[in-house]
Amino acid sequence: MNFLVVLEQILNGLQFGVMLFLMAAGLTLVFGIMNLVNLAHGSLYMVGAYLATAAYQWTGSFPLAVVLALAGTLIVGMLVEVVTLRTLYERDHLDQVLATFGLILFFNELIAIIWGRSALYTSLPRYLEGHVELLSGLNYPVYRLLIIFVGLAVAGLLWYVVTRTRLGMLIRAGASNRTMVAALGVNIRLLYTIVFGFGAALAGLAGLLAGPIYTAQPGMGELILIQVFVVIVIGGIGSIRGALFGAVLVGMVDTLGRAFLKPMLATVISLEAAQTAGPALASMLIYVLMAVVLAIRPEGLFPSRG
Amino acid sequence: MRTISRSISIGLLAAAFAAGPAAAAETLKIGFITTLSGPAGIIGKHMKDSVDLAVEHLGGKVGGLPTEIIYGDDQRKPDVGKQLADEMIKRNKVQFVSGIIWSNVMLAVAPTVTRAGVFMIGTNAGPHQLAGKQCSKYFFTTSWQNDSTPEAMGQVMTDQKLTDVYVIAPNYAAGKDMVTGFKKSFKGRIAGEVYTKLGQQDYQAEISQLRAKNPKAVFVFLPGGMGIQFVKQYTAAGLRDQIPLYSVYTVDEVSLPALKDVAVGQYETRYWSPDLDNPANKKYVSDFRKKYGYTPSFYGAQSYDGIMLIDSAVRAVNGNLNDKAGMIKAMEKADYASTRGKYSYNINHFPIQNYYLLQAVRNPAGQVEMQIQKVVLENHKDAYYKECRMK
Repeated sequence: MNFLVVLEQILNGLQFGVMLFLMAAGLTLVFGIMNLVNLAHGSLYMVGAYLATAAYQWTGSFPLAVVLALAGTLIVGMLVEVVTLRTLYERDHLDQVLATFGLILFFNELIAIIWGRSALYTSLPRYLEGHVELLSGLNYPVYRLLIIFVGLAVAGLLWYVVTRTRLGMLIRAGASNRTMVAALGVNIRLLYTIVFGFGAALAGLAGLLAGPIYTAQPGMGELILIQVFVVIVIGGIGSIRGALFGAVLVGMVDTLGRAFLKPMLATVISLEAAQTAGPALASMLIYVLMAVVLAIRPEGLFPSRG
Repeated sequence: MRTISRSISIGLLAAAFAAGPAAAAETLKIGFITTLSGPAGIIGKHMKDSVDLAVEHLGGKVGGLPTEIIYGDDQRKPDVGKQLADEMIKRNKVQFVSGIIWSNVMLAVAPTVTRAGVFMIGTNAGPHQLAGKQCSKYFFTTSWQNDSTPEAMGQVMTDQKLTDVYVIAPNYAAGKDMVTGFKKSFKGRIAGEVYTKLGQQDYQAEISQLRAKNPKAVFVFLPGGMGIQFVKQYTAAGLRDQIPLYSVYTVDEVSLPALKDVAVGQYETRYWSPDLDNPANKKYVSDFRKKYGYTPSFYGAQSYDGIMLIDSAVRAVNGNLNDKAGMIKAMEKADYASTRGKYSYNINHFPIQNYYLLQAVRNPAGQVEMQIQKVVLENHKDAYYKECRMK
């Protein structure tokens, strides 16, 4: 097996993992701190992708579109929190699942009404279209490298905010004891709105980065949401560090499985059988991984201490 | 509450029986199952809009009878599709079930419908099982058997003396059929064969593997959103100019609005195209554009044809919906103005029809559209009809 191909697939896995991380970070933050199961997280991802596409077509500037889409999803996220989710914190998880599932349907239809059911083509500015030569014989798309860079930067930034700033301290305090924080005079409702807004913006960031690779289409959020849930279950629900490790792990396992499982199986069993078993097993791999992690460490790899 | 509603429904059932079949047969009920939600919802929209247009063209009366169309959204799930078909047959008492995009859904739905003695008029999926061993006299399709279109593409690529072709298709019933069909007529060497997850979004891993194999050409079957994503990522990877891409059901009127310029030059084989020159097709395409403001696809043309086929059957028996033998006979003649022009039915109720080579070209108005280049297979029969023992 060619070393360069393996390296390229590892980069692919990392890029997919980073994308999952951006989604998982917001979801796990909201769950860990606000104890809220938010199925509509995928919808915010979709909103981010659509807003970025629309803003890029409108302004003609990609960086400006990124800023507008981020601000847009932040506002949409805060609105959703204030209007619908605020009343759900005290309810049990099943009610939250039902309500946020309703939000999925709402957003999918809303997007279909505004932009139609057809997929929207999101293009890239010329300067992000090309390839860079990382090693001789290994060209990698600039844009996918950018995604890896942005994802890792966001991970660093989140770590800094949560562990080193006053806001982060409040967030951690709010996660451990909500009543006590409120008693000390902190406006916990506002804090929750801000946290949810940031979670939404992270989903929006994932969506706007995904737009040019995939396509913006109604229901795109649900396609990735299941994998994101796998990530946070593996990583430990509520833990940012867990989300990062879980996401990269899932990204790697999924990508490398798709690329190499079939040829590896073919060395053991017949090519015919590998042709059938390979793709079937590859698409199961991350769920098997989740089952194994759950069996060994039911709390996930990095259980949150909150 | 449950018992009350149950006794009411039993009462209604008794009343219906008392009224006799003649009264029940006055309305033609067609259950149309397609995917209306999620990313594939756009395909369902093409189909639903075409069914509505067909009913409108018939003055609201399919086969001269007051018509009720019941739409169902299968969410691309076989179990949901089967449940919908059950409901339509038992509760709505439909005489026809039609539609179905996905072969895996079709394999769950068609036997349920035909076993109940209800007509199944497929308007897209054509899994080989239904053309061969599992054929049924109650099953007709206005589309094609899955293998046929890629057979045409295999022929085109063989004629171009291509070899070392890398093949990609989703891992489900139709994906396997498409590759089987392709291999039947493609005589060159296959450099690699990859099956991806149905509905997969990111093909970067597959593209990296493909590049490493350095094939001379690539053949894909990736319908709907999958095709948009693949073609886009293939182009972004810089392979578009290096390794020619051939496809079936990947670049079409559903994906063109999203792909636009990226698609220019793409070859596809198909039995139908918006520019196919016959009166029925001209009327369909121009009225469709006028009514909905976008260009119809083969998904739509087949669905439009499905309603027209039902219309011809019901008219042939003068609206007597109990005369199923009469309707089968009528439909076997394919005696209606199809959007593909005249065709006939084989013994397994799959069309014997032409397959064309299409190319995506920019028209004078600057839009990218599919245009017919030439006939590849003339009056082509699918590969499975000999296995069909129609009962």
